[in-house]
Amino acid sequence: MIGFENVRKEYPGGTLAVQDFSLEIASHESVVLVGTSGSGKTTLMRMINRMVDPTSGRVHIDGDDVTSLDPVQLRRSIGYVMQASGLLPHRTVLDNITTVPVLRGTAKREARTHAHELMEIVGLDAALAERYPSQLSGGQQQRVGVARGLAADPNILLMDEPFGAVDPIVRAELQRELQHLQRDLRKTIVFVTHDIDEAFLLGDRVAILRPGGIIAQVGTPQEILADPADDFVSSFVGADRGARTLHVERVDGRDVVVDADGRPAGVLAASGDRSAGEGAADGRTRERSS
Amino acid sequence: MTGSPFLDSLRWLGDSAHWTGPGGIPLRTLEHLGYTALGVLVAALLAVPIGLYVGHSGRGKGVAVAAAGAARALPTLGLVTLFALLVGIGLTAPLLSFVILAIPSLLAGAYSAVESAEPATVDAARAQGMTEWQILTRVELPLGMPLLVGGFRGATVQVVATAMLAAYVGSGGLGRYIFQGLGSQNYPQMIAGSLLVIALALVLDLTLLLAQRLTAPPGVRAS
Amino acid sequence: MTWVLANLDVIAGYTGSHLLQALPPILVAFLLSLPLAKLANSRGWLRTSVTTTSSLMYAIPSLPLFVLLPGLIGTGVRSPLNIAVALSLYGLALMVPAAADAFRSVNREVLGSATAQGYAPRARFLQVELPLAGPVLLAGVRVVAVSTISLVTVGGVLGVPSLGMLFVDGVRRGILAEIAAGIVATVLLALLIDALLVMLGRAVMPWTRRQGARTP
Repeated sequence: MIGFENVRKEYPGGTLAVQDFSLEIASHESVVLVGTSGSGKTTLMRMINRMVDPTSGRVHIDGDDVTSLDPVQLRRSIGYVMQASGLLPHRTVLDNITTVPVLRGTAKREARTHAHELMEIVGLDAALAERYPSQLSGGQQQRVGVARGLAADPNILLMDEPFGAVDPIVRAELQRELQHLQRDLRKTIVFVTHDIDEAFLLGDRVAILRPGGIIAQVGTPQEILADPADDFVSSFVGADRGARTLHVERVDGRDVVVDADGRPAGVLAASGDRSAGEGAADGRTRERSS
Repeated sequence: MTGSPFLDSLRWLGDSAHWTGPGGIPLRTLEHLGYTALGVLVAALLAVPIGLYVGHSGRGKGVAVAAAGAARALPTLGLVTLFALLVGIGLTAPLLSFVILAIPSLLAGAYSAVESAEPATVDAARAQGMTEWQILTRVELPLGMPLLVGGFRGATVQVVATAMLAAYVGSGGLGRYIFQGLGSQNYPQMIAGSLLVIALALVLDLTLLLAQRLTAPPGVRAS
Repeated sequence: MTWVLANLDVIAGYTGSHLLQALPPILVAFLLSLPLAKLANSRGWLRTSVTTTSSLMYAIPSLPLFVLLPGLIGTGVRSPLNIAVALSLYGLALMVPAAADAFRSVNREVLGSATAQGYAPRARFLQVELPLAGPVLLAGVRVVAVSTISLVTVGGVLGVPSLGMLFVDGVRRGILAEIAAGIVATVLLALLIDALLVMLGRAVMPWTRRQGARTP
């Protein structure tokens, strides 16, 4: 379990990144912090592995105050996946994935064997193992980033807009694969994004942040959509524009779901179709607009 | 004293008497190389750690840049003659000027090498759990190695030239031929000495240029 | 200090001839570097070879070049022209790669939009490309100026009058103050010219001035 207790972060020079933030994240839960730039979401996430130390307040993991832990050891025990992958440009894919296990003293051979398995899990062709990051596509780099984050088998995975820099089609693919991964791995995931659709797709719970790390609303995607706390949340999730208010229109003998402006969002599955469209009616994918 | 001075200088270079003994070309070349190596090495021991610290921490950058810039204005000949008068004959006087003049290149090479790593790459390495030392030795230095070697290259060129001028105040090395020739109006010998110094400088520069190419990290395209 | 006060006229005289030798090569290097850099940038292989040639040129120690040049260009070893040509070569070795970088640093889209607005090539170069390359060009000229002023002193060992004569004379007669005065005067001269270049840069490139720099 990860806990934030009255956390505040002020940078030298007086910038107030986070005013007063408290949140508990259960083990095996995936929580998405979503907000615009200046909402302090990345700052908050980086407090978990002590890339940032709070000015006041406490962050604890399974009851241990993180400031009592050695930052280097702490970081090695937590997976971290960042935007634009942050891979070491002078090391091969395999060496990038084995970085943390090797730092932790795992034998190189063993680490490499495990890395090959991870490459398969994240959907990377084994032939890419000896390539350098600059020789990969953006999507492949992000897959390597995810594999690297998982390499030391951490309980906690921090993801800082990991799919922000890839094109929409690849992003959708990566999001889907992360959902599958999480179903098997059951990590505690803290995910940061400014994309509300991504947040609703990937979060068991979503925390919508105002500037200064103030929680506007936290809850499951269903709860937030069903009952937005205020105008800020409504506008953030698009409820005020009618993008979330869907109704059914009958077109050519099928039920087409359209938003308030009449733009189609999808087709309502017939009861027989349910098994084919995985989770199509679980209340999330159904509402994906755009 | 007849014919072209260039032909005479080739004749001078071809004279086997100039290739043996304590004043011979091989020994003078070795002397010159020895001065250069010693000067660059001592300067590196001082400047590289400071440069790496400045580059890694970002502290003292302004001072380092200003120092490296100001040192460029220092007249080489001035330092050589100053220390010759202050310290007297021997190795210490020229060595002092070699070190002072080699430091700016090495300092700049070291801090720009460390700085050349992408901030995002360094941030990611830290977030993975690398210690500061590991970040420096496994990320920043391998990525910036050509720039560090470039610092050595600049320092070497500088010290080769300074070592030649040091012969003006009694040091050995290839500069001797030039100043002896100057004193005795022996123009062919001056030309021969000049050709030797230039050859040495170019060989060292090309060697270090090659080293720069070879230390470029794999996977990173040369810019 | 006594020596300095007693020989102010000597120092002033040497400073004058020092400047006369330093300024023309700085100017020549700057002016010639512009077309050379444009030419170098026009072909990839040309740029590589220009960069390599420049760095090798710069590796050649100055005194040997002073000694060799007369045989190639027919001047006397002690002729100021000899020194000036050698220093111009060093200046070019520094300035051509710097100018090539400067022109490459100019945003291509800005140039494209200037063309689209109807600038003719010449006007585009003079009114858009050159000013935008200005800051990087200025940085290059400053390096050339400081390095040239320092290099002029080497001519002293050949007997060419400059502040370098203070080193030669000082070491011959064992006057420490004379050498120290030479070093200080050379550095001050370099800093002075550098400061003038910075001021000149601010005057001709007002957009590079920092915001609020003139608040009282």
